[in-house]
Amino acid sequence: MTGLRYVYAVCRPFGTPLQAQLTGVGGDPPRLLPHHDLVAVVSHVPEADFAEEPLRAHLEDLDWLTAVARAHQGVIDALTTVTTPLPLRLGTVFRDDSGVRTMIEAREESFRRTLDRLEGRVEWGVKVYVESGPEERAPAPPAPRPASGRDYLRQRRTASRAQDDLWRRAENFATRLHETLSECAEDSRIHAPQNPALSGASGRNVLNAAYLVPRTQSEEFVERVDRTKDGEPGIRVELTGPWAAYSFAGEETSGEEER
Amino acid sequence: MTTPSRLPEPYGQGGGANLADILERVLDKGVVIAGDIRINLLDIELLTIKLRLVVASVDKAKEMGIDWWESDPALSSRARSDELAKENAELRERLARLEALEPRRAQEEAP
Repeated sequence: MTGLRYVYAVCRPFGTPLQAQLTGVGGDPPRLLPHHDLVAVVSHVPEADFAEEPLRAHLEDLDWLTAVARAHQGVIDALTTVTTPLPLRLGTVFRDDSGVRTMIEAREESFRRTLDRLEGRVEWGVKVYVESGPEERAPAPPAPRPASGRDYLRQRRTASRAQDDLWRRAENFATRLHETLSECAEDSRIHAPQNPALSGASGRNVLNAAYLVPRTQSEEFVERVDRTKDGEPGIRVELTGPWAAYSFAGEETSGEEER
Repeated sequence: MTTPSRLPEPYGQGGGANLADILERVLDKGVVIAGDIRINLLDIELLTIKLRLVVASVDKAKEMGIDWWESDPALSSRARSDELAKENAELRERLARLEALEPRRAQEEAP
């Protein structure tokens, strides 16, 4: 049994070798599979885990999925330090090397186009959070005991007005931030806000955006984000990256049919 | 780490990026290619939704007092052990009843 081929990315050939100790999905080191002027980065993975049935079952297992997702991202990350990879979606698996070559052959043109478009660029993730409202924030300042029903309602109104105010400020802040950052990025995408249960982040995620930035301008971009960081009380800005250009890897002209 | 071009130090990566950051990229973004092993993309999309629901809802559901799965042996190990405890108690009781009968038989059989 030679195993299946798990494909992480397609790139142009690159001179710098990958870190020797780098392991990919299932512990197998990523290998380079050249075809014409492109290179697929692949790992050999066992059929017992990556054939259709077991893969489907594994994907339901959050621990397994997390390990594979981190391994996948680890390889893409290593590639990003030496070249501009075109990341494929998790779980792209072929029977053998020739299956991978056939796939490249069929999509050569579009791979080249996208690689040219992304060459020398990275993705930065920027998220804006609104910290929990005053009433959720522990420990609440001991509010004076309402003397009457009217007092109580007044207190409630003040609290909810403060929260509304924070929301409005956060919305304006996020809009302005996105405009500013879009100016120094080549492209941007707004993603769905993250669920705190999965991200483990505190506060509510109100902006989750990705920016495509040339490597040479990344420092400036990061400084720009940093400068906004302590402007607004109750609002938190988080920066992640540099990522491979995951959010910009899709074809601009969609609708390409497969086989 | 040596990087070919000047690039700021990674922010929040190398294990620091949260799981949602990684999953949203490796599952939802990137180039979609149908490999030889077919997993429907719909599955993966459904999966992320399902994951979000599962992670988000267990605690919330408990808060709301919805805990039926805790008593379903197929879904909960606690329910399984409860069931074992119940079965155990029943067996003990039967054994006690049998033992109560036993002395009489022992007396009868005694030479």
